[in-house]
Amino acid sequence: MPTKIEKDATTGQDTTGHEWDGIKELNTPLPKWWLYTFYFCIVWGIAYTVLYPSWPTLSSHFGGTSGWTRRAELAETLTAQKAAQADTRAKIVATPIEEIRKDPALMGYVQAAGRVAFADNCAGCHGAGGAGAVGFPTLADDDWIWGGKPEDILQTITYGIRNANENSRISDMPRFGADGLLTKEQIGDVADYVLSLSGTAADPAVLARGATVFAENCAACHGEKGEGMHEMGAPRLSDGIWLYGGDRKTVIETITYARRGSMPAWIERLDPATVKVLATYVHALGGGQ
Amino acid sequence: MGVASAIGAQGMVGVRPVVTESYHEDVVRAFMVAAMFWGIAAFAAGVYIAFQLAFPSLNLGLEWTTFGRLRPLHTSAAIFAFGGSALVGSSLYVVQRTCRAPLFGGAYLGWFVFLGYQLFIVMAATGYLLGITQGKEYAEPEWYVDLWLTIVWVAYLIAFAGTLFKRREPHIYVANWFYLAFIITIAMLHIVNNVTIPVSFTGTKSYIAWAGVQDAMIQWWYGHNAVGFFLTAGFLGMMYYFIPKAAQRPVYSYRLSIVHFWALIFLYIWAGPHHLHYTALPDWTQTLGMVMSVVLWMPSWGGMINGIMTLSGAWDKLRTDPGLRFSVTAVGFYGMSTFEGPVMSVKAVNGLSHYTDWTIGHVHSGALGWVAFICFGMMYYIVPVLWNKKGLYSKALVEWHFWTATVGIVFYITAMWVSGIMQGLMWRAYDEYGFLQYSFVETVAAMHPYYVIRGTGGLLFLTGALFMAYNLFRTIRSAESNEPQSAVAAVAAE
Repeated sequence: MPTKIEKDATTGQDTTGHEWDGIKELNTPLPKWWLYTFYFCIVWGIAYTVLYPSWPTLSSHFGGTSGWTRRAELAETLTAQKAAQADTRAKIVATPIEEIRKDPALMGYVQAAGRVAFADNCAGCHGAGGAGAVGFPTLADDDWIWGGKPEDILQTITYGIRNANENSRISDMPRFGADGLLTKEQIGDVADYVLSLSGTAADPAVLARGATVFAENCAACHGEKGEGMHEMGAPRLSDGIWLYGGDRKTVIETITYARRGSMPAWIERLDPATVKVLATYVHALGGGQ
Repeated sequence: MGVASAIGAQGMVGVRPVVTESYHEDVVRAFMVAAMFWGIAAFAAGVYIAFQLAFPSLNLGLEWTTFGRLRPLHTSAAIFAFGGSALVGSSLYVVQRTCRAPLFGGAYLGWFVFLGYQLFIVMAATGYLLGITQGKEYAEPEWYVDLWLTIVWVAYLIAFAGTLFKRREPHIYVANWFYLAFIITIAMLHIVNNVTIPVSFTGTKSYIAWAGVQDAMIQWWYGHNAVGFFLTAGFLGMMYYFIPKAAQRPVYSYRLSIVHFWALIFLYIWAGPHHLHYTALPDWTQTLGMVMSVVLWMPSWGGMINGIMTLSGAWDKLRTDPGLRFSVTAVGFYGMSTFEGPVMSVKAVNGLSHYTDWTIGHVHSGALGWVAFICFGMMYYIVPVLWNKKGLYSKALVEWHFWTATVGIVFYITAMWVSGIMQGLMWRAYDEYGFLQYSFVETVAAMHPYYVIRGTGGLLFLTGALFMAYNLFRTIRSAESNEPQSAVAAVAAE
């Protein structure tokens, strides 16, 4: 098709003289604002690549005249943050938890640091705010398995429970059913008895039999009245609070197979200040003794 | 070559027997039907997974219906099945008409491209549901699907470039530059990003040849240029044909089209590293990715200017032609997201936006606002032409589609702006002691209402597409036909 330049009546621009399937093109010049903004971006881009690490070379790259690198910036930020907290953290390690609790400045730090450390490390099992879950004790109440005093909690968090650390808290409940220590009937009786400690009604004859089984097999750790024993990590059985569930079936399962809940030795993963912060924080969740 | 038929003489006064060639439009019609079908599938999948994020129980506890498997199903259905069918189909239409030449390779090659491409989609999609994936975003299909797509794509390139080669016009129209850039670059990206070693020839699993940060860089070189060349260059090609056609006005500026085309092509290919800011990628690579992304701003807007300013003297058509309104609104969204993109590529902004829903919002202002709208505009124009109808079944339904879809997009992107920026701020908020103020789960909980709003926006968008499908169906089935127009026009005139 021959080239035929026309003038467009609406815009006053010439066409390029080409036509495709009825489509023509105007030869409008580049909009000035567009062109200059484009130039500006290019100049800015060149300046930026001069200032910052940019163009590759054969074996390395041009480092930029500003000397900035991301690693250096990160290291600087981290150092500054650590330096800002260093005094407080040293003080926390050196101060007993009872003393920390009386120091509003330290407690402010503990609340802030503890909330984050707890959310990152503890909440996965113990739930947000220490609400607990099946098999993972509630930390916001005053029912403690290994003790709720500051030093108990610190010990538990530091070395954990039933893990490979040599200072780990260890205790073993026998598998009364699985290992044939008690018969099914005896387990049923003692389960009813245990439930009765929290106020569940049952046949007096069954309870009498269960009480005997309890006294002979359970009381040594869980206490004569099921009041529990922190030294053995034996939970209190008379408060209606159940770690694995308080229905008869679950209690029978617990007695039959026993339970072996475990927790890591956090000192192997976290620094002493964070562990101390966590112990203080957990103690202050509501149930610390 | 092509199907020769003598249709030029029928019904003409002063009969001059002319043998004309026909454009191959069956395959274009097939692509349009496929685009409509996949569009609805993609939008429906998107709505479903949007609500999964708000209500996780919708995962149904089945491996096939988890978010992890449905998400690539949604993205691939939207980009490759819906967008791809619209792109490939429209490109085959445009290249024939603007070259005044029937499709190179004829109906056979055209149908091979259509059926091959649909087979690719089905193989990819079923693979996702069964858990077969390379784990590379937007390049999830495994090696055997990749190989098949390579064959289909080369056939497509041959059909397209062959038609260009046989053209009867002295010049190549700008739409075809963009379509060709899209085809060639996608071929390159697809091959390089999918260099894998299959574990066995009978198994689906393969391992990528690239390792570590090089793999990440190649993946995002691919990923960003899937945006740049599939979702941008290709659809700019669509814009350059269908907006001037619908507006019946000349393209605003030929000079601008040259400058912004080459600038866009040159710059886009560098921009990938902005997906990897603050990662193991070296500083120098990040700098280049960011700088090129920012410089890309004006070349992108060159396309927007050419699209919108083509309406000079025809603005009234926006009132009377709701299909054109889709196209022009699409260009508006294109301008918005190509401003937002450079802003988000700046490291300081990216530090806030990266990994948040802001990115999702950005992608969807492009995907829904630009890509889908430009396709809708194209389809409202092309369907009556392809099926020789006097016009659409209902303009009112197009209006309904336009407004439900637009409101849907606004719901979507504003919800994602708010939730994304909130999420970014919550992640980085720290207290006077230097501790993060929020745990991750708190940020998730805070986003719930915005996820519901987003899902609602998606539902509106899907509803609009259903109006469209009904409207197009009724248009195709309507009895009011025009005379066939598919003869190669110039041949008849010679």
